[in-house]
Amino acid sequence: MNLIEAIGRYFIFLGKSFRRPEKHRVYYHQTVKELINLGVNSIGIVIVISAFMGAAITLQTAYNTDNPIYPRYLIGLGCRDSIILEFASTMVALILAGKVGSHIASEIGTMRITEQIDALEIMGVNTISYLLLPKIVATVIFFPFLTLISITVGIFGGWLSAVSTGVVSSPDFIYGIQYAFVPYYITYSLIKTVVFAFIISTVSGFQGFYVTGGSLEVGKASTRSVVYSCILILLFNLVLTQLLLS
Amino acid sequence: MIRIIDATKSFYGNKVLDKVSISFDAGKTNLIIGRSGSGKTVLLKSLVGLLELDSGEIWYDKTRFDILDFKKKKTIRKEIGMLFQGSALFDSMTVEENVMFKLDMFTGMSQAEKKKRVDYCLERVDIREANQLFPSELSGGMRKRVAIARAIVLNPSFLFCDEPNSGLDPETAILIDKLIKDITDEYKMTTIVNTHDMNSVMEIGEKVMFISNGIKQWEGTNRDILRSDCKALNDFVFASELTRQLKH
Repeated sequence: MNLIEAIGRYFIFLGKSFRRPEKHRVYYHQTVKELINLGVNSIGIVIVISAFMGAAITLQTAYNTDNPIYPRYLIGLGCRDSIILEFASTMVALILAGKVGSHIASEIGTMRITEQIDALEIMGVNTISYLLLPKIVATVIFFPFLTLISITVGIFGGWLSAVSTGVVSSPDFIYGIQYAFVPYYITYSLIKTVVFAFIISTVSGFQGFYVTGGSLEVGKASTRSVVYSCILILLFNLVLTQLLLS
Repeated sequence: MIRIIDATKSFYGNKVLDKVSISFDAGKTNLIIGRSGSGKTVLLKSLVGLLELDSGEIWYDKTRFDILDFKKKKTIRKEIGMLFQGSALFDSMTVEENVMFKLDMFTGMSQAEKKKRVDYCLERVDIREANQLFPSELSGGMRKRVAIARAIVLNPSFLFCDEPNSGLDPETAILIDKLIKDITDEYKMTTIVNTHDMNSVMEIGEKVMFISNGIKQWEGTNRDILRSDCKALNDFVFASELTRQLKH
């Protein structure tokens, strides 16, 4: 499949995924299941990674600004802005592309090779919409919460590392995270997260849905979904940053 | 009645079905037999619309199925039940949820009505106290039974079975065959079964079609097979030395 054909198929696939659901109640239940599978089950990894990254960012900022001309509260400010602007949205999205993206691609791919999708089609179910729409809705709704969790935990991790290593005092760090705060940065971060959630769910769903062959191909589709999602996330990160911050 | 007329299908230039024309008898168990790779599954998948024919026609009673759009096909598909080779039960759902799926999706029944119907269908296929189990917790035979229960839950007019007893021991295979035959008679369904298992043919084959290299070679009843002079069919049926000796 060449690139143009793949892009065309992807948009046809997207069009089909937004068709009117056969039974709203069934889709609602499915969405709740996906909220738990793809969203709630990702909270743990987001907390762990955010805490360590917040801590590392703080220490790096502290050791690179170890000069009397820089006020110490800048460490808190640097930690806050790095996490809000880039880490909580883009880096977490890249991590979720690995966790959630591979989950979606392998789940749908396995359904394809074990004829479960054929069974749905024979029943007269719009398979693309049934399988993908709840996943899109669940990720688009829940990933922004993960971003907010990541921001909170990341800054807390930064504070903890700063205080425990003594690179900056607690009042300086807290002053720093309050200093020159731009609330729009949160909005910017959440907008990016919504776009990244859409990319992860649809690209992975697309890769899984068109699997042919056996378990080896499911594995390959899963890997492709992570690679393509990551590339698109980085590309759209650039585009959205220029659009929203310029 | 289901009819397929001059069906042709190729994959990458390799002809899998070559002008196949078959009429499947209404209310009977129709068997498509042939070697692995003879085109049986392609024929079955074309009949239910999972594959599109290169040329030819598919008729369900007086409706030409192959030219219908998704919405119109859906009307006929609600009349179709299908049993897949690997059962194709939904992994993430329990036995009960699997069987209830079609009722959830296509009916306005209350939860109590749906539960009653599911219990009835599971009992009909001899599955008891397994409602809350997942497919991975079932044996191969049980999975087939649940798949049959799921296929019949909406009282379909047509039942398609792709290698229903593959991977099963001979005793369980015959039980599944008998179940398919009983259900066909009970619900007056038109059943089409793909198989290369001669036990199935002799057990339930009211009408048998033999396909070889994508061409229909022979048609008759299970009793006619023993008297057939079709060489390709005889080579297939009496493949072993022992069966050849028994025939003579």
